[in-house]
Amino acid sequence: MKKVKVGIIGTGNIGIDLLIKIQRSKSLECAIFTGRTPDSKGIKIAKDLGIRTSADSIKAIEDDPKICDIVFDATSARFHVKHAGILDKLKKFTIDLTPSRVGKMCIPVLNINECLDVKNVNLVTCGGQAATPIAYAIMQVHPDTRYIEVVASISSVSAGPGTRINIDEYTQTTKDSIMSFSKVPAAKAIIILNPAEPPITMHNTIYALIENPRIQELQHAISAIAKKIREYVPGYNVTLGPLKDKDRVTTMIEVVGRGDYLPKYSGNLDIITCAAIKVAEEYAKKKLLK
Amino acid sequence: MGKLRLFDSTLRDGSHAIKHQLSADNIEQYCRYADNVGFHTIIVGHGNGLGASSLQVGISALGDQQMISIARKNLTITKLGVFMLPGFGTIQDDLKPALDIGADLVCIGTHCTEADVAQQHIEYVKERGKEVYGILMMSHLASPEKLLGEALKMQSYGANGVILMDSAGASTPRMVAERISKIAESLTIGVGFHAHNNLGMAVANSFHAIEAGATIIDGTVRGFGAGAGNCALEVLAGLLYKSDIRTDIDLYRILDLSEKIVSKIMPKPQEITSDSLMSGIAGVFSGFLPHVKKTAEEFDVDSRDIFLELGKRKIVAGQEDMIVDVALELANKKAKDQDLSF
Repeated sequence: MKKVKVGIIGTGNIGIDLLIKIQRSKSLECAIFTGRTPDSKGIKIAKDLGIRTSADSIKAIEDDPKICDIVFDATSARFHVKHAGILDKLKKFTIDLTPSRVGKMCIPVLNINECLDVKNVNLVTCGGQAATPIAYAIMQVHPDTRYIEVVASISSVSAGPGTRINIDEYTQTTKDSIMSFSKVPAAKAIIILNPAEPPITMHNTIYALIENPRIQELQHAISAIAKKIREYVPGYNVTLGPLKDKDRVTTMIEVVGRGDYLPKYSGNLDIITCAAIKVAEEYAKKKLLK
Repeated sequence: MGKLRLFDSTLRDGSHAIKHQLSADNIEQYCRYADNVGFHTIIVGHGNGLGASSLQVGISALGDQQMISIARKNLTITKLGVFMLPGFGTIQDDLKPALDIGADLVCIGTHCTEADVAQQHIEYVKERGKEVYGILMMSHLASPEKLLGEALKMQSYGANGVILMDSAGASTPRMVAERISKIAESLTIGVGFHAHNNLGMAVANSFHAIEAGATIIDGTVRGFGAGAGNCALEVLAGLLYKSDIRTDIDLYRILDLSEKIVSKIMPKPQEITSDSLMSGIAGVFSGFLPHVKKTAEEFDVDSRDIFLELGKRKIVAGQEDMIVDVALELANKKAKDQDLSF
């Protein structure tokens, strides 16, 4: 099968994890891995895999625009704002893994098809990827849900400088994603960095306030959507619930990473790189290879 | 050394003790009476701060903005303070409205090893021209060197001071002295301490902190607060009076505030139950207490075991959901043990 060429900008943890996942892909191949630090760990890994590298960041793609059709941006929100315009002019399908909110918000299980028709797709936040589908499933069964609250706990070591400096946008964006996809009238997102050693696995609790919840229907809807998510995030699991306590319904989700480059506890990073690969593969299949 | 300043968290930490059910009357009466006691600031709100009213940690009777507005109307001398944990509240939804209503001072809290998540918020308050303090919570969990590094970060963001919070009341006097003196030696801004009373040391540890170089003590009247409660500010004021350490506190007025107002807000005197003692021994956030008790009953397990297990897992404030996880595991283990017992 012919493979579609992709470029990765950003050679940090996320970039490397994407690179390793792409090695497994049947429809994608990495044609350029580009960052700003010539001797970074990521560049070395890419070189060892025989992949073309550059320390000119996005300029490597501007100088040789034919090198790839899809670009993953794993830099930072500030940089993506600059990159977005350039990539748009180059007509590259862009998958943004930063919380820049430039492109269309994408939760693959909910709106992947709509996202293939735009030029720039934003992957929200890890908490958003994990919890939004559950909120959506709850609202499908109970459109009368009054309120949804999401608590995302991630290990300190897997929250990089990008997440920390943008924790306010991260919290706000996660809440906005819950509200805009599920249409619940009120929502709240809480993000907790857990410094425990050994690091905890990414853990999400979703509370919903529902008058007379029909727990069996909720259970069915939640496990159905979790199964669909597992198709592209294998470590996604419902660990508790939905449990009913009067009008409060609690569901807990854990995301165990695939351990490609990032350790298994970094489910928060894995869920977003898995989502990115899913979007790229669908775009490749439906728009480029057909 | 600057003059010792007392931060009054009665209407913030005390909220924990009544499941965040402070009424408009409570806030109005308290602020009116406390305004001329001599506190540097009176901090008001949900126990976990702005934006924290939630199913995870408890819904407050009044909204943040309502509480701040009432306090604003009744404070003229003392600064109106608010508290916020990044990850719970956001600038857009919570901090900006609080400052717009008229908060004068903000405390931004993070776990003691995560100071960098406070950068955006400290800088924002600074830009708005208000006083801002960084709070390092669960300070017993980090070494003095580590805490210094985190405190220096907060100083570099522009904080007016850094306060160590012994959230679990798990510090011995030596731990307090080592940590405070390490930080006070190197910081150019004020250093403070916020005690909890799980080991019966809240007033004593606050005093040790002052001797080690703290210039800010954060506490509550009558020790009204989460778990075993806080440093009782009127008791500390008495001790300071006797030790000839000067503050702006009017001793008789703080005593009257305690007797006439706070005793009526408190449903019961603050006590050190075996559960809160256990939380101090285990080093677990004392705000967990009511949740642990309730969960222990539901799952029919020993709350002391829950505390020790939470301590082992190094659970941090905001992870109340893990209590159920631990209880479930203990209950399963208990059932298994019973299966094997015949």
